Amino acid sequence: METRVSSSSKEVIISDNQHTVLIGERINPTGKKKLAEALKDGNIDVAREEALAQTQAGADIIDVNVGMFGIDEVTMLPKVVQAVMETVDIPLCIDSSNPDALEVALKVYRGKPLVNSVTGEEHSLRRVLPLVKSYGAAVIGLVQDDDGIPKDTAKRVRIAHKIVERAEMEGIPREDLIIDCLAFSVGAEPDSGTAVIEAIRTIKAELGVNITLGASNISFGLPDRELLNNAFAAIAVSVGATCLIVDVAKIRPTILAADLVLGRDKYARRYIEAYRQRIKQE
Amino acid sequence: MNKDLVSMIADLNEQEALKIVKDRLNAGEDPLRIMEDARKGLEIVGERFASNEYFIPDLVYSGEIMKLITELVKPKLTREEETRKSGKIVFGTVKGDIHDIGKNIVAFMLDVNGFEVIDLGVDVPEQKFVEKIKESGASIVGLSGFLTLAFDSMKQTIKAIEDAGLRDRVKVMIGGGQISEEIRKYTGADAYGRDAMAGVTLAKKWTGIN
Repeated sequence: METRVSSSSKEVIISDNQHTVLIGERINPTGKKKLAEALKDGNIDVAREEALAQTQAGADIIDVNVGMFGIDEVTMLPKVVQAVMETVDIPLCIDSSNPDALEVALKVYRGKPLVNSVTGEEHSLRRVLPLVKSYGAAVIGLVQDDDGIPKDTAKRVRIAHKIVERAEMEGIPREDLIIDCLAFSVGAEPDSGTAVIEAIRTIKAELGVNITLGASNISFGLPDRELLNNAFAAIAVSVGATCLIVDVAKIRPTILAADLVLGRDKYARRYIEAYRQRIKQE
Repeated sequence: MNKDLVSMIADLNEQEALKIVKDRLNAGEDPLRIMEDARKGLEIVGERFASNEYFIPDLVYSGEIMKLITELVKPKLTREEETRKSGKIVFGTVKGDIHDIGKNIVAFMLDVNGFEVIDLGVDVPEQKFVEKIKESGASIVGLSGFLTLAFDSMKQTIKAIEDAGLRDRVKVMIGGGQISEEIRKYTGADAYGRDAMAGVTLAKKWTGIN
């Protein structure tokens, strides 16, 4: 299964047969004071800087999210998408829970973007899937529905089936769907990690779709978060996640190592290249 | 000996803590004094969490230990003794939001500081808050939310409390990762808290306890 997304000049393929695709998560004002203040003032330079820094750190795709109290997403999302497109040449992941904001951002986008996200909730399926179809985008499906985010594996799998079915009914091919299994913190939910890992395995086996994961949630409320995020990301990749929404600079070395171990980096080209870059910088 | 139970709970030593509780019960000690020591132990756990010495799993574990202790002590308590608390607080994550970690931490801290917390869970509709305030006679309401859309739900919840004629009877505090003074004004809450201890401080101030 190959999911293809593109900018106006570059295509990125997400699949099992090549390296894990890293989606840079840092253009998101939640918890980032500097970016939040700038966006509130209508200043998009900080977003440009983040786009550039993440691309230099090895991001394959840049996630763009401007959702925050005091920011009008319908105005800001297309502006920031435009600015990031002017700054870097890799594909974007347009991220909002507001379908109106998604639509205006899709209008200005050049290429085939990833949309983040549709959920299994009825209002989301009805509104977001037609948008994805009409703009020819790919979309991330979150396994939550009108009852919230499930804690167990079975319900996650059921919602993934539902999203895939509804997308196909809408005329969106399965390769344009990427499922996100949504992890809770293992600090508060001891079985959260295993529930997600089992869900990835099962959804992959039953539906064959590409799988993504935001790998930072797992460590909420715990010390040494980076350590946990890295371990969890490597495990997720080993059971079938093909792209990750992450802080690229922090997690890339681990993912390159995992890719090499899993035979997804022939002749260790990427792993050694990253090593040489690090040596040069030291 | 009394100090031991406090420190064993504070240090999350489950086996020792349970053993001390059993010994003290067998020796015929007043169960209320045992519960008071246990609560003091949890208070230290809360302080250690607030100072980043303890983490969320430590809190969860201390809650488990407390549950086991309560099970041992409960048969010896009378109904009246069980409910000796300093104030009632109706608490929940507002409609449309399902984040519960922060809410649970604040509820835990309020509980160990002697408040009776009526936790309504997550994605709680406005009317449920209104009903529980009426039913319990609580004087404090805590609204939690992490998502941006939660701020609208908070505003609507406070409006619903007002429409029900209950606004003068309760103080409302809000909390969640992104809450600020700007959001407090928007929602019409009385105060907001940056962390769990801030919630406890507010509740104590409002109920006149120091």
